[in-house]
Parts: sequence; C-alpha cells; structure tokens
Amino acid sequence: MKYSLYNLVKNSFSYHENWEKAWSSPDLKPEYDVVIVGGGGHGLGTAYYLAKEFGVKNIAVLEKGWIGGGNTGRNTTIIRSNYLWDESAALYNHAVNLWEGLSSELNFNVMFSQRGLFHLAHSVHDMQEITRRGYSNYLNGIDAEILNQDQVAKKIPHINVNGRYPVLGALLQRRAGTARHDAVAWGYARAAENLGVDIIQNCEVKGIDISNGKVVGLQTTKGSVKVDKVGLVPAGHSSVLANMAGFSLPINSVPLQALVSEPVKPILDCVIMSNSVHVYVSQSDKGELVVGAGSDAYNSYSQRGSFDMIEHMMAPLVELFPIFSRLKMLRSWGGIVDVTPDRSPIIGKTPVKDLFINCGWGTGGFKATPGSAHVFAETVFRGEPNDIAAPFSLERHFSGALVDEAAAAAVAH
Amino acid sequence: MFIINCPYCGERDQTEFTCHGEAHIARPDNPSEISDEEWGRYLFFRENPKGTHFERWTHDHGCRRWFNVMRDTVTDQIIKTYKMGEAKPEISNE
Ligand SMILES: Cc1cc2nc3c(=O)[nH]c(=O)nc-3n(C[C@H](O)[C@H](O)[C@H](O)COP(=O)(O)OP(=O)(O)OC[C@H]3O[C@@H](n4cnc5c(N)ncnc54)[C@H](O)[C@@H]3O)c2cc1C
Ligand SMILES: [Zn+2]
Repeated sequence: MKYSLYNLVKNSFSYHENWEKAWSSPDLKPEYDVVIVGGGGHGLGTAYYLAKEFGVKNIAVLEKGWIGGGNTGRNTTIIRSNYLWDESAALYNHAVNLWEGLSSELNFNVMFSQRGLFHLAHSVHDMQEITRRGYSNYLNGIDAEILNQDQVAKKIPHINVNGRYPVLGALLQRRAGTARHDAVAWGYARAAENLGVDIIQNCEVKGIDISNGKVVGLQTTKGSVKVDKVGLVPAGHSSVLANMAGFSLPINSVPLQALVSEPVKPILDCVIMSNSVHVYVSQSDKGELVVGAGSDAYNSYSQRGSFDMIEHMMAPLVELFPIFSRLKMLRSWGGIVDVTPDRSPIIGKTPVKDLFINCGWGTGGFKATPGSAHVFAETVFRGEPNDIAAPFSLERHFSGALVDEAAAAAVAH
Repeated sequence: MFIINCPYCGERDQTEFTCHGEAHIARPDNPSEISDEEWGRYLFFRENPKGTHFERWTHDHGCRRWFNVMRDTVTDQIIKTYKMGEAKPEISNE
C-alpha cells in the first residue's frame, strides 16, 4: 500500500487500526541468489538497490536481532559530505545526492533535514584545517562556507565563543543535516520487501560454507541456506564474520556512546561539531538534544562504553553552550563500531569468491547509508566495484593507498 | 567501569590507563625482504576477537609503564594482567 494523503484519510475512518504491516516475517528459503548478512541501513539498502536497479529476484537479508537494532538505530544521525580527500568526497556526496530524494524514492518519510552543519575551529591549526578542507570541498563541488567568529556567533544563538577554547570560526555545510535513523531502516525494509526481498529477523549467521574458494552456503540459527553470492554488512561484527570465512580484517571494534536530554522547545536549529573539544550536538524534532563524542580506545563487543566518556561529552557541551548546563540527560547507550586505520570504509571483494564485504564505517557511516548501499549493490551484482567504490578496497592496506581521513582532520562523524 | 590491576602499582581506576591495542605482534625481522602484503598484515590487520583478547595498556597517570592485559571483549572482564616480555597466557575452555 502506498503511503499517501488519500490512504491517510481513508485509514482514519478505521482509527488507523487497519494499516498493512510494513514488512512481513517470511520463512528462510533453502536457496537464494544473493544473501545480505546484516539488517542495518547499509544491508537493507543494498538489498533494495539490488532488486530495484539490478533486477535481482531472489534475495534475503539475514539479521541476527531486529532490523535497525545495530548502529543504524543507535547513531546521532549526522549527515554531511565535506570530507577532505577526493575519494571520500565522491562517496559521501553520492550519498547526500541520494538522501535528497530518499523519502519519495522509498515512499517513507526519512525526515531528512538539511539544517546545516557547523564544524567549529578553536585554534590556528583548526582554522587552517577547515580552510584547507573547505577549499578541497569547493574543488569537489561540495558546498562549504568558511566563517569567522562573528559570523558563528550571529548564526548560532547561545554559543559561547569566548570559552577556555575560544571558537575562532567554523566550516559550514548547508546541505548537511540529520535524518530519522529508524525510518531509514524501516523505509528500505518496506521498499525492499515490496520488490520481493525476504527480510529474516532473529536469524544469526553462524558459519560460512566455502567450496573451492567460493562461497556456497551459510549456516544460520534458522537452518542452512545455499547461496550464489553473499554480501557481509555486519558493522561491529565484521571481524567475526570474516573469521568464519577464514580471513581477517584491518579492523578494531570499539564502543561508541551517545545520549539525549529531556525534550525542550526549539533552541538549536543546526548541527554543531567540534573535533578539538570533541562533542557534537543537534536537536531532534521531539526536542531532545542528541549528543555524542569519541569512542573508547579499547576493543569491546559489550554494546556499552565506559562511564567516564559521558563526562568527556558533557564538559565541552556545557563549555560551548552554558545554557544547556541545567538540562537533564535522559538516556545513554552504546554501539560497537568497526574502525579502520584510515577511518575510511572497506567496500569490495574478499579473498573468497562471490563473498563481498561492506564494513569499516566506524563512527561515521550513517551519513553514507544510501550511497554505500547503492555502490555495494553494484559491486555484488557485477562482481567488481564501480569507480566510486574502487578506492575503498581491502587491497589498499597492502598497496598503501589509504584514504586517510583520520590524519586529514581526525574527523569522527 | 573497570578496576585495572597494574603489575607494578596494584589496583587502580581504569581512567588512569590507556589501551594501545593488540599485544604480541612482532615486528618482522627482515623488513627489506617481506612483501607488501606481509607489511600490510603486520601494520594494519588485527585479530579483533569476540572473546579473549590480549592487549597492551599503559598506566599513564601512575607508573607510566607498559604491560599486557588478557580481557574478555564480551563482558569486558579482565582475566589477567602481566608484564611485557612474559609469555601469553593460555586460554582455558571452561
Ligand atoms: C553512538 C553512535 C553514534 C554515531 N553517530 C553517527 C553520526 O552522527 N553520523 C554518522 O554518519 N554515523 C554515525 N555513527 C556510525 C553509524 O551508526 C554506522 O556507521 C552505520 O549505522 C552502520 O550501518 P550498518 O547498516 O553498516 O550497521 P548496523 O546498523 O550496525 O547493521 C549491522 C547489522 O548486522 C547484524 N549482524 C551482526 N552479526 C550478524 C550475524 N552473524 N548474523 C546476522 N546479522 C548480524 C547486526 O545485528 C546489525 O543489525 C554512530 C554510531 C554510534 C554507535
Ligand atoms: Zn602502574
């Protein structure tokens, strides 16, 4: 059923009790052409584009918990594309282009809100970094405005530009913003199912069957399944899945936390990021402040971070916005993120034939969801990455052609 | 939060320490002879296990010494701490 004004009115006569389920719970079939492991936004999106753009008919997405229960449903939803290197600019801007049409593409409101993102600079070095990155963005056709202190103070009410680490300026990307994370998972799931994709929840992949160097099947908690091709999109669990297939990855899985405040009236109409004092914040449509910062430095699959990180998030927040100091924080949670040495993702082939991987998005992959899913669908379908995905191969860790966004700006989100 | 047992100072709060990733990775003896792939594996590839992990920590706000930790990455429980140079403990399967 299409979501439309007509159907909204029609369903109101039955008190909205008869809406169709957005997706069903089919049984696992014995055989699929393509199986995607991991029902986050990237995995569901991959299945959607495989069906929609490449006409693949027999696809399943296997999710060990519930769809969107991983990092897709745990992140602070910042979307931007103002990365330094050409390779990243191409990838993340491909995503922003798709975000702009995503709600109508999926017939599901993902609440993409291009409210603008200010990346604060607190030192001469920071000013040089945002200037360099801003010019690199211009050259790549990405919108960027380099602001001075007065402009920042004028555009962001309540910000304290004269704190211990004064705000000297900011890099503004107006096309950046936020989206509703759950809606992204749900929207892709519903649209994928409409194209015949089986979405199987509570189905954990426990083993990968390989014959003569080619993937041939999967062992799951719902039985075994034969496959022609497999796409692994398991985020924090990437190394676990890779181990099942007999190879390792240049990845460490670490906890990353976020928290939200009690809801208040509109007070912040943009996204604020600061790498130097390290906090980022935006206000959700419900009125909560959504706050995040850095990850813990140790490997963990515990799904929760250490307590002192919360203080590290709050201290810079109240320094930048003294007005927030009396707000109560309501909830905090953690996700396990898969971090690569250069902070860029891994998209492409693996040592096993017909087994592809899309991982390493670490602390910043939500923004890439549609772009990542789109290029990965093509990679799985053709067996080779396209021009946008090619620089992000696993092979770059041997050739040395890293896409070093970590060294570029220590940019996390 | 953990309490970490520094082999030199005893039990201290986790915030005094920093983790520096996987332990027991030996630098190749013959750097000019090994392949790009072998270099890549040495520099970047990690075990990243869901379970027992051997890792290096420093006691930054204490004795400032480096030591190794055997820890479960699912529960974050520390199984053992030991000095640099000591053998990697066995993983028991109970
Ligand atoms: C606190 C926090 C804040 C963040 N903030 C931002 C931000 O502001 N902006 C941004 O761009 N990014 C952010 N990120 C990063 C972003 O959330 C991720 O990069 C992105 O959501 C990854 O999407 P995914 O679909 O690959 O992973 P996930 O949504 O994690 O999906 C992977 C799925 O695989 C499943 N799975 C794992 N193992 C198996 C198995 N064996 N069998 C079956 N299924 C399995 C998992 O259950 C999971 O649902 C943040 C992350 C966190 C944790
Ligand atoms: Zn000590």
